[in-house]
Amino acid sequence: MSREKKDGIRPARLESGIDVKPVYGPEDVEASGGRERIGEPGAYPFTRGIHPLMYRKRPFTMRQYSGFGTAKETNERFKWLIANGQTGLNVAFDLPTQIGFDSDDPMADAEVGRVGMAVDSLLDMEDAFEGIDLEKITVSLTINGAAAVLMAMYFAMAEKRGYDLSTLRGTAQNDILKEYVGRGTWVFPVEPSIRLIGDTIEFCAEKLPKYSPVSVCGYHIRESGALPHEEMAYAFLIARAYMDHVIERGLDGDEFASRLSFNFDIHGNLMEQVAKFRAGRRLWAECVKEEYGAKNPRSMVLGMIAGGGGGGLTIEQPELNIVRTAYYALASALSGTQTMALCSYDEAYTIPTEEAARITLRTMQILIEETGICDTVDPLAGSYAMETLTNQMDEKIRDAMAKVDEWGGIVRAISEGHLQAHVSRQAYEHETAIRAGEIRKVGVNCYRIDEEERRVELHPYRPEVADGARKRIEMLRAERDGARVRTTLEGVRSAAASRTNVMPALMEAVTAFATVGEIMNALKSAFGTFKEPVRF
Amino acid sequence: MTKRVLIGKLGLDGHDLGAKVVCRALMDHGFEVIYTGLRNSPEEITTVALEENVDAIGVSILSGAHLPLLDRLATRLNEAGLDDKLWLVGGVIPKNDHDAVRELGFSGVFPTGASFDEIADFIREKTA
Repeated sequence: MSREKKDGIRPARLESGIDVKPVYGPEDVEASGGRERIGEPGAYPFTRGIHPLMYRKRPFTMRQYSGFGTAKETNERFKWLIANGQTGLNVAFDLPTQIGFDSDDPMADAEVGRVGMAVDSLLDMEDAFEGIDLEKITVSLTINGAAAVLMAMYFAMAEKRGYDLSTLRGTAQNDILKEYVGRGTWVFPVEPSIRLIGDTIEFCAEKLPKYSPVSVCGYHIRESGALPHEEMAYAFLIARAYMDHVIERGLDGDEFASRLSFNFDIHGNLMEQVAKFRAGRRLWAECVKEEYGAKNPRSMVLGMIAGGGGGGLTIEQPELNIVRTAYYALASALSGTQTMALCSYDEAYTIPTEEAARITLRTMQILIEETGICDTVDPLAGSYAMETLTNQMDEKIRDAMAKVDEWGGIVRAISEGHLQAHVSRQAYEHETAIRAGEIRKVGVNCYRIDEEERRVELHPYRPEVADGARKRIEMLRAERDGARVRTTLEGVRSAAASRTNVMPALMEAVTAFATVGEIMNALKSAFGTFKEPVRF
Repeated sequence: MTKRVLIGKLGLDGHDLGAKVVCRALMDHGFEVIYTGLRNSPEEITTVALEENVDAIGVSILSGAHLPLLDRLATRLNEAGLDDKLWLVGGVIPKNDHDAVRELGFSGVFPTGASFDEIADFIREKTA
């Protein structure tokens, strides 16, 4: 008879399907696979963290996602965040920029500067980072569909400012496969999109060896309905797809793996989250070492940004999201993340206000300064419950990876929409369970209050942002060397069509002040565009 | 007769979890659903609504650009003579904007977290 029945206690099951026991002991750790693979912090297989001293040596980087309106306004917000103690930047671009439309394109109408900053040309990129020391503050570009173009623009800006590209650090998200599953800023079909990522990896290996060209995101797949173990599984399979592509091109897989980073989501059960990362680190290390034969220990480590937690936040009683993100931050630190970013409490409504952004930053700062979380590495290690769950999670992640093979591998599962259908079905089940009260959400299906007026300040729609951007483009088109723009755009098109690495041509084009939209159109003429598979 | 509902993402916003979840909920409630996917322009939604002869048209927007986008969609739908159909909107639609959205003709406003039964009942009642 199960303990639940015997003792008359409620059953508890994690989202990943693992049944939780009320009491764990050494026999549970043994039965789930033992302690052999726990190891030491900073040593293979990195279950306990990727550095020997972790936060005792240096706390996690705080990197809030930010950007809105014009590049100039965003620059002010960046400087304000830095003045408030933020240690890295995470750049939000508006949707037209992310998808490759200029601010004066009819498709961009109403969305210029709305969920991030509008960048049309090198001029905007220069404005965005004016006065910011790119050696002191590392910059992460959240860009995918138009990643190659915006990366080229960022590199050109840095070069113009006098930075040596060979020592420039930073990260681009540049993970297109997850965009087809969640987030949705794809542009080109799957195959040329992967090739473009290969181009950026190759270019960085040669010119920017310190730069991380890809950050594989389990985050958005989780937000689209993947379960915690699936989040890890799909991220690993996507990372492997990029690795395979890189190796197929004759590049050094070990070199790429050493610069690959990850982006993960935290919400839900705290123990499950921590177990997910401990198991994930170990599994990734073993995969890279054993299956890819990596030699460099740097290649085996799962470096990550973890936090966010948007999927766990609620529209109802939005202030409660401050409390939720504090718990997510704790889970993230207990998981040994390198970088943390949290959603602000008002993000279910709007781009965070200055006040909300400050509270979020302070949430992480309280964790670092007041709780002692940075004093001891992997403090949950050795807990019977944590080690058992870590072993069980390991198995769950492997099972989820094996399941994707049934769809013909990750690239096919995504191209044909099988993965999308799978996660959206789960999202529906999750939503249904919340509405039925089976999954408890405070303020949503229990402890509700009557909320007539929301206490959230909203950013109003500002048509003047789009008008300003349109005028700026108009002026740029009149003043720049039109012939040079045409030549460089043709260079982009022909590199794309001929399988030559497109990055040098992109650098030429952005330096000639070709716009994001013009360059993306040149690429589209060679690659075509993605047709979304609709499958339920 | 089974009622036909178009669900689509208006504008560039790629957050489609809500739209897809509502598609499934409506299918479970016995509706026929035509999902038009991401990044639809007002023109595209109007064309599909005409071709598919739908009873209701629902769009989802989470980017905050709902007012200008819905204004353009309303113009197209009116021009196409689809003003006799039921128009719905979901996503991040702040309470302060509900009146403005309804004035444009989107009588069903179902922000994030809306009950599936409520959406289904509303469509059933208004298209009866």
